[in-house]
Amino acid sequence: MAKQVYYEDVEVGMELPMLTKNPTTQQLVMYAGASGDFYQIHYDKDFAQGNGLPGVILHGLLKAGFVGQLVTDWIGEGGTIKKLGVSYRGMDQPGVPLYVKGVVTNKYIKNGEGYVEADVWTENQQGQKTTPGTTTVILPRKKR
Amino acid sequence: MPEEGTVTSVITDEMKAAIGKKGKPVTHLIEKGAVRRFAQAIGDPNPLWNDEAKARKTRYGGMVVPPTFFCSLAGDPAAMRINLPYTRRLNGGDEWEYFQPVHVGDRITVVSELADLYERKGSLGNMLFVITKQTYTNQFGEKVAIHKNTLITY
Repeated sequence: MAKQVYYEDVEVGMELPMLTKNPTTQQLVMYAGASGDFYQIHYDKDFAQGNGLPGVILHGLLKAGFVGQLVTDWIGEGGTIKKLGVSYRGMDQPGVPLYVKGVVTNKYIKNGEGYVEADVWTENQQGQKTTPGTTTVILPRKKR
Repeated sequence: MPEEGTVTSVITDEMKAAIGKKGKPVTHLIEKGAVRRFAQAIGDPNPLWNDEAKARKTRYGGMVVPPTFFCSLAGDPAAMRINLPYTRRLNGGDEWEYFQPVHVGDRITVVSELADLYERKGSLGNMLFVITKQTYTNQFGEKVAIHKNTLITY
């Protein structure tokens, strides 16, 4: 695991370490099983195309899971996630890389704890933010 | 037919009355295998949700659930069964707020409710937004998380 990031280490405008995902149809089947979302647009190509989709598409919540991983990888064992929110703006298909990114937007001390806010999102190969979102975390503070 | 420019609300009194109604509580045991399978499906190797021995050495004292794991804990949807005027649906978004970590072995109770209904005119025409909320509490009665979903119907 990466070195623990502290509240003092972050600056507004800093980028979170990017995560690259390479979703496969197999992954969509695994996610359906693990989450209980068996909607066929995620693994049955004929069904998906019959619904006007180009092919099977990623579950929105799977993308939310990717964004969640971006955040938990960044905050490390010492950080605590307080809020996470995403909007589903674009479809993503398996077989192409999906980039998961974030940027720190705010930091403040509240009740003695180091709060940090960031914009987080999944981004496709065309540079579109298909799943824009935000997060609020608490990062540990260095010993004073 | 309403004239162009007039707003005819599709939200009936019956629908308004359903706001705030809660479904029956549903309790889930948080199982190690389910947490690992979920983490593996996302492709997230973090030991906190994969490796009990490593997770035990952390401040959590054991495996905990990743942030979107709550979507696998189904609630009672009965509270949200209202007659919706539009049949087309899009998942608009999900948000979570976290209060306490959830450990493998915890018993988490989910209560679902219809949180809000509102209309917007937009690119898809008249849209009815259906906001549902799940509240999760653990076996100690502590609220561990809440989740809200925005369903766009049109």
